[in-house]
Amino acid sequence: MQLYLPIAEVSVNIFLLLGLGGIVGFMSGMFGVGGGFLITPLLFFIGIPPAVAVATGANQVVASSVSGVLAQIKRKAVDFRMGMVLLAGGVAGSAFGVAVFARLNTLGQVDLFVQLSYVLFLGLVGALMLQESIRALRRARRTDAPVRRSRQHGWAHKMPLKMKFRASGLYISVIPPLLVGAFVGFLAAIMGVGGGFIMVPAMIYLLGMPTKIVIGTSLFQIIFVTAFTTVMHAVTSQTVDMALALLLILGGVIGAQVGARIGVRLRAEQLRILLSLLVLAVCGKIAADLLIRPNELYSLTVGVLP
Amino acid sequence: MIRLLVLILALCAPSALAQDERIVLGLSETRVAITANFQGSQIMIYGAVQRYSPEPEGNLGVIVTVSGPPTQVMVRKKERRVGIWINREKVRIGRAPSFYAVATSGPLDEVLSETDNLRYKIAIPRAIRAIGISAQAENAPPFVEALERIRTNEGLYAMQEGAVRLTAGTLFRTDIQLPVNLTEGNYGVRVLLTRDGQVVDVFEDSIGVQKAGVERFIHALAHEQPLIYGLLSLVLAVVAGWGAAAAFRFVR
Repeated sequence: MQLYLPIAEVSVNIFLLLGLGGIVGFMSGMFGVGGGFLITPLLFFIGIPPAVAVATGANQVVASSVSGVLAQIKRKAVDFRMGMVLLAGGVAGSAFGVAVFARLNTLGQVDLFVQLSYVLFLGLVGALMLQESIRALRRARRTDAPVRRSRQHGWAHKMPLKMKFRASGLYISVIPPLLVGAFVGFLAAIMGVGGGFIMVPAMIYLLGMPTKIVIGTSLFQIIFVTAFTTVMHAVTSQTVDMALALLLILGGVIGAQVGARIGVRLRAEQLRILLSLLVLAVCGKIAADLLIRPNELYSLTVGVLP
Repeated sequence: MIRLLVLILALCAPSALAQDERIVLGLSETRVAITANFQGSQIMIYGAVQRYSPEPEGNLGVIVTVSGPPTQVMVRKKERRVGIWINREKVRIGRAPSFYAVATSGPLDEVLSETDNLRYKIAIPRAIRAIGISAQAENAPPFVEALERIRTNEGLYAMQEGAVRLTAGTLFRTDIQLPVNLTEGNYGVRVLLTRDGQVVDVFEDSIGVQKAGVERFIHALAHEQPLIYGLLSLVLAVVAGWGAAAAFRFVR
């Protein structure tokens, strides 16, 4: 069954979109990530214009984050104060990102920039995660090995403007969370992702937050950053496709519930290895597109008549 | 009003050509609505040649063109730089139809002379107005060829020689396929009658292509009230996310 998308102006199969949403929802339910880093490249692959894919991806992440954060609030695993600080940085970063995106769009380099960001960040995060989880798996076998502490007492404690974050049990400067928030906000705007896959490691390793608080807090601030990004994209470039977003969300919420149930049966290290392999696979596909000679060297951008 | 003008123009045009053969035209549709389940459309263009005197000498030819609203097009070429393929050279093409289909009753060079092809801008490369492009890139013509090639592959440009069926030298008909990825606007329909490659009559009409129903509503809202549209998309996402979580809790 075909559906003509009003903003993307292409006709796509409804079940294909529901399926895509379902697969991404399944992943996000299983691994606890927003899934934006998967949905946007997948939309590129099925022929949605990159600008629409990025903006609509952000809208879809809002829905999956809302659904996820509700569960985390119930478990009291959200540090609202830290979330607000990250958010303040995130909004600034996102506004800057949307401006850069609009500028690149006129230069015709938006595709390249988005693809390079994907290759860089997916490659980096995927490799780090794989290395870390393989090490964890080995450590689990040798039970006598010492457990490394992830909490560091370093630069985040020496800076001025210190603040107490009770839920995280931290007393640190607000500057590092602001910077982390701004950086992730910028990426959210450029890549159409929530940024959870960067936010989560940054919170654990840079800010030293306890792992159980991290996912909920990350989801909490991602809702607002992606919501802001969605509205900004809608206003500056009119690239949010409501019909596309709705289908992805519908597929996504069903997939997420199924994924969450399967996720409980697997071990954490195995889950992380799977996720890192998935991240690396997406990274590899995008890198290949950049490196292999394209079939059509020319591309068209329609403008308005002067 | 515009249609009336077109009609008046069409009626005046033949007098300049001073011929006693005229085109009478029919269209299967004058409006195309892009709805949610739009999968492209086919329009039938049919008509007859009206004569008040015996048929003149020379080979009769019929050419039908349908062209969508023109736009400016930026053509970019990828080049390999430090191992990756990135957009480098670009050429701005002043005016190119968003859709262009030509159907003829025979091979184009037989039914139309080169001078009339230039004057009426019939063949696809003629319909693309690319003036002053040589200053924009070292080798500009391939950019125009790329535009023609890409749009032909997408079904937006079509050259169908021999697709007009001519019966008994008077009745003609052809089908033009409109693809899924249509732009909104007025599509101009031209029918040209030729004798030995010389145009003897031109008839023009138009077809309105518009989004309809929900498609129209969403598109209009996104462009006219972008802030409200953005907020509405958010509300939709939040309600869907919350609703799904609540629904699954209920099921469990």
